[in-house]
Amino acid sequence: MELYAILKIVWALLLGVLLVGLGTMVGMDMGVGTLLRFIGRNDVERRTALNIIGPHWDGNQVWFILGGGAIFAAFPTLYATSFSTFYIVMILLLFSMIIRPVAFEYRSKVDARNWRDTWDWAFLISGALPMVIYGAAFGNVLQGVGFHFAWDGQYYQDESFIWYLLNPFAILCGILSLCLSVQQAGAMLMIRGEEPIYGRARHYAVTAGLTAAALFVIGGIWVQFIKGFAYVGAVDPAMAANPLASPPVTVRAGAWMNNFHAHPVLWLVPVLGLIGMLGCALSLRAGRPILGWWLGALAWIGTIGTAGAAMFPFLMPSTTMPSQSLSVWNASSSAYTLGWMLVFTVIFVPAIIAYTSWAFRVMGGKVRTETVARNDHSY
Amino acid sequence: MIDPAVVNLSRLQFALTALYHFQFVPLTLGLTFLLAAMETVYVITGKPIYKEMTQFWGKLFGINFAIGVATGLTMEFEFGTNWSMYSHFVGDVFGTPLAIEGLMAFFMESTFVGLMFFGWDRMSKEAHLAVTYLVALGSNLSALWILIANAFMQEPLGASFDPQTMRMQFHSFGTLIFSEKAQGEFVHTSIAGFVCAAMFVMGISAFYLLARRHREFALRSFRMAALFGVISTLAVITLGDAAGRLDYLVQPTKLAAMEGLWHTTNPPEEPWKLIAFPNDATRRDLFDFSIGIPYVLTPLITHSFTEAIPGIDALEREASARVENGIDAVLALEDYARTRDPNALARFDFYEDDMGYGFLAQRFAPDQDLAKVTPSNIRKIAAETARASIPNVFVEFWAFRIMIAFGFAFLVIFAFGAYYSLRNTIEEQRWVLRLAMWFIPIPVLVTLYGWITAENGRQPWSVFGWLPTFQAASTHSLGYMIFSLLGFAALYTIFIGAELYLMFKYARLGPHPAGSPGPRAVPAAGPAILRPGYAARSWE
Repeated sequence: MELYAILKIVWALLLGVLLVGLGTMVGMDMGVGTLLRFIGRNDVERRTALNIIGPHWDGNQVWFILGGGAIFAAFPTLYATSFSTFYIVMILLLFSMIIRPVAFEYRSKVDARNWRDTWDWAFLISGALPMVIYGAAFGNVLQGVGFHFAWDGQYYQDESFIWYLLNPFAILCGILSLCLSVQQAGAMLMIRGEEPIYGRARHYAVTAGLTAAALFVIGGIWVQFIKGFAYVGAVDPAMAANPLASPPVTVRAGAWMNNFHAHPVLWLVPVLGLIGMLGCALSLRAGRPILGWWLGALAWIGTIGTAGAAMFPFLMPSTTMPSQSLSVWNASSSAYTLGWMLVFTVIFVPAIIAYTSWAFRVMGGKVRTETVARNDHSY
Repeated sequence: MIDPAVVNLSRLQFALTALYHFQFVPLTLGLTFLLAAMETVYVITGKPIYKEMTQFWGKLFGINFAIGVATGLTMEFEFGTNWSMYSHFVGDVFGTPLAIEGLMAFFMESTFVGLMFFGWDRMSKEAHLAVTYLVALGSNLSALWILIANAFMQEPLGASFDPQTMRMQFHSFGTLIFSEKAQGEFVHTSIAGFVCAAMFVMGISAFYLLARRHREFALRSFRMAALFGVISTLAVITLGDAAGRLDYLVQPTKLAAMEGLWHTTNPPEEPWKLIAFPNDATRRDLFDFSIGIPYVLTPLITHSFTEAIPGIDALEREASARVENGIDAVLALEDYARTRDPNALARFDFYEDDMGYGFLAQRFAPDQDLAKVTPSNIRKIAAETARASIPNVFVEFWAFRIMIAFGFAFLVIFAFGAYYSLRNTIEEQRWVLRLAMWFIPIPVLVTLYGWITAENGRQPWSVFGWLPTFQAASTHSLGYMIFSLLGFAALYTIFIGAELYLMFKYARLGPHPAGSPGPRAVPAAGPAILRPGYAARSWE
C-alpha cells in the first residue's frame, strides 16, 4: 500500500483516539457538571464535587480543542464542511463550552445564593447539552447529511438544521453519549469523594451505565435498517484529496454492516464497548471506582470504535450527492501534512499522557467536604 | 451567489470574537512570566513576601485566564463554522500550526495551570517553580504557533496551489515556521503581552500605594513591574519598527494604507504624516490637510534615503493589470475542475499567479459570474477590483497611529515609575502612581489596535494575494448569522461584566486578608499549614 494511504488510515485511527480522549476526559467533567445539582444537595457538597475535578478540568478540556485542531489539520475538508453544515448545533456547543470555564472559575468567588445557583444551572446546561450534541453528531453523520460542493470546493447545505436536532436516531446517540459521560463522572466522584457524594454518584453512574448499554444495543439493531453508504467498485486510497473527484457511492439500508461482514473480527469492538458499560456499572456497584473508571473509558473506545468501524472509510456521507461524501480517502490533508503531524503526535501525545497522569497522581486522594467548607475561595 | 451581508456579518463576528478574546491573552502571556520571576525570587531568597506576591497576582491571573481559555475555544472552531472555504482552501497548511499549538503548548499550559493553583502544598518549592515556568512557556509557545498560522495569512509561504485538490498544499514546514513575518509577529505580540502585564501589576500596586495599604508588597511589585515594563516597551517599539519594514516588503497595500500614502513617495523629503484624515471615497486626505515631519518617512520605512514607497495610486494600477489574467486563471480552473481537460490545466498554469485577482473580481462581475465578463465591461470591473484591493485607509492609518502614540506613552510612564522606584521616592510622586493606575487597561486596548492594523491591513484578502475574504466565508443564511451574533453578544457581555466585577473585587481586597480592611477580609481558615492544599488554592 502506498505511504499516503497508510498515513490516511493512521490519521483516521488517531482521529478516533482523539474523539475517545475527548469523550472520556471532557465527558467526565461534563458529567460532573450535569450531576452537580443532584449529587450536591447543598453548597458545600456541590463545591466538593467541583473541587474533585478542579485541578484537571482545564487540561481535560484541551482534548476538545485538540480535537478541533487535529480535524482541521488532518481532515480540513471535513472540518470546513461539518462545522459549517452543523452551524446552529456547533454554535450551541460552543456557547456551552465557553460558559463552563467561566462557571468553574467564577461560581464560588462570590458568596451569594443567587449567583451560585445561576452558575449551577449553567453547569447543568453546559455539561449535558454538549454531550448530547456530541453523540447526536455521530447519529447524524451515520445517517448522512444533506450537502454538496460547488466546483471550487465550497459546500452548500441542502437541508434544515432542525433535522439535526430532532431526528430520533441522533437523539438516541445523544442520550447514549450523555449516559457515558455521567458514568465516567460518577466513577471519578467515587474515586475522590466521600459519603454522601460517593453513594449518590454510584447511584447515578450505575443507572447511566446500564441505560447506555441498553441504548447501545438498540442503536446497533437500528443501524441495520439505516441507509449506509458504500463505494461502487474500486477506490484508490491514495487518491488526491478532493471530494469532487471521487468514485460513485451507493446508498442502501444495512450497508453500514459491510465492514463487519467482511471482517468479523470487528465484532470485538462493539463487544468491548458493552463490556465497558456493563463492567463499569458492576465495578461501581462493587465499590471499585478506579476499575470502573477504566472500564468507562473502554466503553468510549467501544462506542466510537463501533461507529468508526461501521462507517470506514466514510467520515461524513452526503445524502443529496452521495458521490461527494467525505471519506478518509478524499477529505484528508496532503501526505506532507499528515507526515509532519504524525511526527508531532508521536512526540507529544505520550508526553501529554505522562504529565496528565502525573497531575492526577499529585492531586490524588479524597477531597473532604469539611476542608472544602473551611476554604472560602476554592471552586 | 455570495450574499455580501452574510460575509460582512461573518467578518463582524470574527472580528468581535477575536478582539474580545485578545483582551485576555496579553495578560496571560505576560503575567505568567512575571509570576515565574516572582516565584524564582521566592525560591532563591526564601522570603515569604515573594510567595505572597506570586499567589496574589496568580489569583488575578486565574480570573483573567478563565475567560481567555473560554473565548479561545471560539477561535479554534470559528474557522470551520464560519470560514468553510478558507478552511478548505488552506486547511492543509493552516491547520497544522493550530493542531501543534494544542499538542505542544495548550495542553501543557492548561494541565500545569491546575497544579500551579492547587499544588502549592503537594510538591517541593522547586517542583512548583518548574510548574509555573511550564505554564509561562506553554502560554507563550501557544502564541508562537498561533502567530505562525496568522503569518501564513499575511504572507503565504511554504505552500502552493494544487488544481488536483483545489487548495493550497503544504510543502515546506521550515519555510512556514521560520518565516520572518511569523517570528517578527510572535516576538512583537508576545512582548506586547509583557507590557500589558507590567502595567497591570504596576497600576494595581500604585493603587495600594495611593491607598497606603500593603506597602511593602506594593513597593516590591511596583519596582519589578516598572523595570519589566521599561525593557518590554523598548523591545516592542524596536520590534514594531521591524514589523513595519516587513509590511513594506511583503504587504505594500497594508503599508500604503498605514501611512496614508495616496501617491508614490518622493524620497527623501517625503513627510511622515502625524495627523491626516484619509477619505477612502475621494482617495485623498480630507481638505488635503495633513501635518507631518519631512525627511522621516523614507528612512523609517525603507532604511534608506533613496527608495520610493509605492502609493495607493501605483498599487491600484498594478492590481488592475492583473485582473484580466486572473479572470482567465479562474475560468480555466473551473473548466479543469469540471472536465479534467489538460488544455484547461495548461491555461490555468500560465495565469496561476494572478488567480487571486480573478477571485477578487468575481463580486464585481455581472451575477458574480466571471464568464459574463466581456471586453465591454472588463475595464469597469478591473477598476472596481483594483479599488477593492486596498484596505480601508482611514481605519488603517488611525489604528496604527493610536498604537504607536500609546506605545511611547507607556515607555514614559514606565520610565518615571522605574526611576522614582529605584530612588525609593515613588510614594511621594503621587501623579506617577495615579497615572499608572488609570493606565491599567490601556495597553490591552492598544494591543487590539495592533490587531486591527494587522488584520484590516490584510484586507481584502483572507490569504494575502490568494483568497479574498469575500469568497472565504461559509454559505450561511442571514438567520444563522443573526442567531450566533446575538448569542455571542449576550454571552460575552455577561462575561465581561462578571470578569470586571471579580477583578475589581479581588484587586481591592488585596494580597493578605489580615492586613486588608476590605469587608470580606475573611480569616482564611487559620495558618496555611492547617489548610489542605488540594481542595483549595492554598493562599486563599
